[in-house]
Parts: sequence; C-alpha cells; structure tokens
Amino acid sequence: MSKLIKDRVLATDNWTLLKESTGPEVLEVVQGKNFIVPLTFWLENTAEIALYEGAIGIWLDSDETPKMINSDLSQIPIIALNFPVFTDGRSYSSARQLRTDFSYRGELRAVGDILRDQLYYLSQCGFNSFSLRHDQDPELCLKAFDDFATNYQATVTQPTPLFRRR
Amino acid sequence: MYQYDSYDHKMLEDRIDQFRDQTNRYLSGSLSEAEFLPLRLQNGLYVQRLAPMLRIAVPYGMLSSAQLRKLAHIARHFDKGYAHFTTRQNIQFNWPDLADVPDILSHLAEVEMHAIQTSGNCIRNTTTDQFAGVAQEELEDTRVYCEIIRQWSTFHPEFAYLPRKFKIAVCGTKIDQAATQVHDIGIYLKKNETGETGFRILAGGGLGRTPVIGQEVFEFVKKEYLLIALESILRVYNREGRRDNKYKARIKILVKATGIEVFRKKVMDEWQSLDTSKLKLNQAEFDRCAKFFLPPAYKTFNGNSDFLNASLKSNALFASWHQQNVDDHKVPGYAIVTVCFKETGVAPGDVTDAQLEKLAQLADEFSFGEARVSHDQNVVFADVHQEHLFELWSALKSNALASANLSLLSDIICCPGGDFCALANAKSIPIAESIQRQFSDVKEQQAVGELSINISGCMNACGHHHVGNIGILGVDKKGAEFYQVSLGGSSRHEASLGSIIGPAFAQDDIPGVVEKIVNVYKAEKKHSETFIETYNRIGIDPFKEKVYVKAD
Repeated sequence: MSKLIKDRVLATDNWTLLKESTGPEVLEVVQGKNFIVPLTFWLENTAEIALYEGAIGIWLDSDETPKMINSDLSQIPIIALNFPVFTDGRSYSSARQLRTDFSYRGELRAVGDILRDQLYYLSQCGFNSFSLRHDQDPELCLKAFDDFATNYQATVTQPTPLFRRR
Repeated sequence: MYQYDSYDHKMLEDRIDQFRDQTNRYLSGSLSEAEFLPLRLQNGLYVQRLAPMLRIAVPYGMLSSAQLRKLAHIARHFDKGYAHFTTRQNIQFNWPDLADVPDILSHLAEVEMHAIQTSGNCIRNTTTDQFAGVAQEELEDTRVYCEIIRQWSTFHPEFAYLPRKFKIAVCGTKIDQAATQVHDIGIYLKKNETGETGFRILAGGGLGRTPVIGQEVFEFVKKEYLLIALESILRVYNREGRRDNKYKARIKILVKATGIEVFRKKVMDEWQSLDTSKLKLNQAEFDRCAKFFLPPAYKTFNGNSDFLNASLKSNALFASWHQQNVDDHKVPGYAIVTVCFKETGVAPGDVTDAQLEKLAQLADEFSFGEARVSHDQNVVFADVHQEHLFELWSALKSNALASANLSLLSDIICCPGGDFCALANAKSIPIAESIQRQFSDVKEQQAVGELSINISGCMNACGHHHVGNIGILGVDKKGAEFYQVSLGGSSRHEASLGSIIGPAFAQDDIPGVVEKIVNVYKAEKKHSETFIETYNRIGIDPFKEKVYVKAD
C-alpha cells in the first residue's frame, strides 16, 4: 500500500481507489467501504451511488477537467487528481481551479507518480493529501512542504500575492 | 536596476538549499536520472556534448558592474576562462562541474543572480528591447513590466511542468529589437484612445521546427490586468497543450490547431473564472517597481559637441565605429553604445573573464555602472556622455572590443552548434567565421549596410535562422553536414519568416553563396533600400538564379 501524507502528517488511508474496469456491482458486494471512483463510473452509475451507504469520491485523470464532474462539489468528500508521470503538469491547474474557481473544500489528493520534489508546488496549488509513490521516504517528504518560506504569486495557501504584502 | 529585498533574497536562498539537496541526492544515487532531469533544467543545468552547461538568467538583459565581475570570477574559477552571451539576453558557462553548480549558484546569489528557469518546460527569462528606457522613440520603459512578469513567473507553482518551454518578450520601442512576434507570448506596450497605458498581447509565435508569427489574443489589456491575461493564457496552454509529442508541444501548435478565435474564447473563459481581485496589479506595485528604473543622474547638456565632432573628423576608425555602433539617446548629450562581440575568429557571443572585468570597469567609468546584453549577443552601454565616446572607444579598441560591425553582415547571430551542443546536426561557429573572413573589410560591409545573418546548427533554431535576412540552417545529409539557406526573414515590427532558396550547400560553398546573394542586392537595390527592402520588392527568384547558376 502506498504511504499517505494528509495535512502535513503521515496518515492512514481510509479510501480505496477503484480501477477503471470495475463495474457498479462492486457497490452491492462491498458495503460500507469508502471508494474513490473514476469519473466515468461517477457519471454512469448515479443511481447506484445514491443508494450506497459508504462514502464515494472522484478520481480525475490528467486529461479530465473539474468541469466534467457536473454535480454539487460540496457533497463530494474527496477528489483525487492523477499524475500519470510527475512531469504531466495538467493536474496542477485542475487543483487550483477546484480550490479557487469552484471553492472546493473537501480533501484534494494527489495520486500517481507523486515524489518528494514536487510536493511544495502541489501543496501551493491546493492539494492537502498526497499518496506517495511506493519508493518514497515519507519522513523525507514531510520536509518538502518547507522548501520555500513564501512565494511571489497568489496561491491557494497564500491567496494574497507578494506585491500586496511587501 | 531592480534591487532584491529580504523576500527575494530568502526565496533565492531557499532555492539554492533545495537544489543542493537535490544534487546531493542525485550524486548519492537516491534520485534517478529521469527524476533529476527537470529539476536541474529548471536550475539552468544542461548536460552537453563535452560537459554540463549552466545558463545564468540575466533578467531582461540588465547587468551591474558587480554582476559582471562576479561572472568573470566564475569564468575564471569554475570554467575555462570564458562565458557565452545567448540569444535570449542570458549568459552561459560551457565547462562547469556538476558538483560545483550549487557553489556557483551561491556565488551568483551574492550579486542577486541565479539560473532559475533558464531551461526546462517552464516560463523562461522575460526579454525586452536592449534600449528600454533610453530609446528615443519609446512609449514607456518596459523593464518595469518585465520585472513584474519576472516575479510572477518565478517559482509559479501551477506552471512548472508545462508541455514545453515558454518564452515571453515585452516591447515598448518603435524599432522592435526583441523579436517580440516570435515568442510564445509577445507583449507590445500601447496606449488606448484615452491615453491609458496597456498592452497588445500576441500568443503562439515561435521559431524551432515550426516557425510561426504570433497572433493577437488581446487588442488592448489595461495594465492592471497584465498578470490576469498571462495567467489565463498559461492555464489554457497548461491544460490543453499537446504532451504526446515534444515537437508539437509549444503553444504555437495549440493556437494553430484551435484557431485564434476559439483560443481567445478559452482564454476569456479562464479569465472569467479566475479570482481577479487579488491578482489585479495596483498602482503601488507599478510605483514600487518603477523606482528601480529611474533615470540616472544625467548631466545637463550644454549643447557643445565640438570635442566629439573634432574626434570624428580626425580619426576615421573612430568615425566608422561611431557611425555603426552608437545610437541616439533620448537625453540630449548622451549616447547608446553597443559593443559588438562578433570579432572574426571568435565564436559569436563568446566573452573572456578579462573582457568581463573590462566591461565592468568601463560600465563604472562611462555608463553609471550598468550594462545590458542584447538578444543579438552583444553588450550595450546605455548611458554614455558624448564627451566620453572617444575615450570609451579607445579603451575598447585596446581590448579588441571595438568591432565596428554592429548590424552589418559580420554581426552574425549564431548558436553554439555542433562544436558544443548535443542536439546540433552541424557546426555553426566555423560557418560564421568563414563568412566574416569573406567580408573582412568593414568599409565594404558598411557599403552593404544593415543585413542580418542568423545561423542555427539544427532545426531547434537557437540561432533564429528563420528571422535572419539571410538564414543558415545546418542539416545532416547521410552523415555529412550541409547548410540550407533562406532569405527574407526579419524579427522586427514587420516580422517575417525567411523562404528557403533551394537545395542545401556544402560548408565550403557558404561564403561564396552569401557573396552572390549580396551581389544581387547590390545590383538590384534602389536608392537607400536595405537588403530586406530590396528583397521584399524583387522576391527570391533573382537571388535563386544567381546562386544556382552553373559555372561556365
């Protein structure tokens, strides 16, 4: 199981990521477990999800955008944004859109190729949980959030840009 | 010049600590090659054919004498005694040791310099006309806006992993010397009907394999909205730019594929959804940045040019240099001097540690302690009193820095080419040298007049061959180096891309080919037409005929 950092501490993962090939019958078989489901699953199985007793979150791949979710975001406890490779920067924009344009307040999780050296920028874009790649040292990763004391731009954690603060 | 405050210093310190740690982890084997790659690139470090190459950012080309001395020190202690001015107003070292790089960065930080985002798929150094603030015909000093963009783009957390590199140029002068229209974003200062300052913003320009002139996204953006406009364009590009093929990943391909209308609509949609209340620039920030670029303490001009005129009369070499390398300044009594780094036999843009020291000394003596790097790889002293021109020229001359070939055909823009670069298909520096030798007489060059030659060793086009009046591109033909020649490019306001004249030539043929092209111009020119004006009037065919004519 991959290691999880949430709100800058090591945390236990209470969510199970569903594979894209899984069908809606899983919700009948496994009751009560918390699932993060792919966007297509979310869009195609609204009835089953409504009846389900556990919590459901959404997984967006890097080529999918928050606009596609098409439901009340305040009802979604977790959104996981995927990084198929760490150099695919699309989900940085999706995270910031979710936090600032859509005012999303739930857990925003970075999943996929998540490494120590991207954690600072990821956190500035609004991610508050990180499912680390299996080979990453979680203690080392915790230090990454202090790589920089501040930055010039308006970010999710510091919405006032430096030019309005200096 | 911009001066760091405690925030700027702290961010730079944090960055060096971060990169030192990353380098250590790489050298100890806990960070893989592929994972280290984008990290080192965003700190200016390439791994090249012979050694690593470290590219130092020179924000919009501005250098203080203290910075020049520091660069000389680095050239001496960490390199082989020289450095290289690039075509984007930066400076690079070709021989540093990887393990020394964090120490070099610490040295640079002492003089408020760094190598941040000088390579990699991120927003690069913002460039501008090297005459910003001193040009006779200029709307406003663009450096104020360049500095605002520099800060916004440095460590921007959302845009560190773009599909590809991203270059921004800003222009406020009548003669655009920044190649603004061939940048990913090109920004022209502009005033609207009510006299308010704002920007005309183009996107999707670029050179490389697919040369394109940028298209207009915004006809006019009020200056307060500058960062919102940029952020909106970058967001669309980051989300939608192609990532499946690095040769199709620049914003120009996206703009072409969507069409400018659709692209503009996407940008406007982002603009609408951004929280603009905090991003909107305010007068306090414009004022804060503007105070770093106030005019120096110019002396009042008494109207007397006798000394200059006498020197021009008595010394033909000085007069020739003055005609070619000295431009009018907006302040009476002052002049803009360009030191041309295109000495025959020296790679264009190469500078030794001793020359850097000398430039620092001359900047202190003659130009308020500042110098500028131009995009054509030369160095500018922007504020020289005309009474001192002769003295400055004499000092340059005794240091072999008084080439009087600015903007003439031996002032060649050239990439490092196959001698240094791992990407190159062919050498470029020896080609530049062979052309310079063919036209060694400055008098003859002055008779030909303004003519730009640009040479790239491969189609990545670092020598900007598409926008050279004569463009030369090194190509590989079954293992042999050949050179494709194009005519009619320009990077100025009337920007245009050159057309290929025909089949490629062998290396030895190039000086002769250039001479034939120049002879066609000489025969066809009317009145005071420049090369590009004659070319635009007569087209490529007369040149083609002469260049490919069979020998009798």
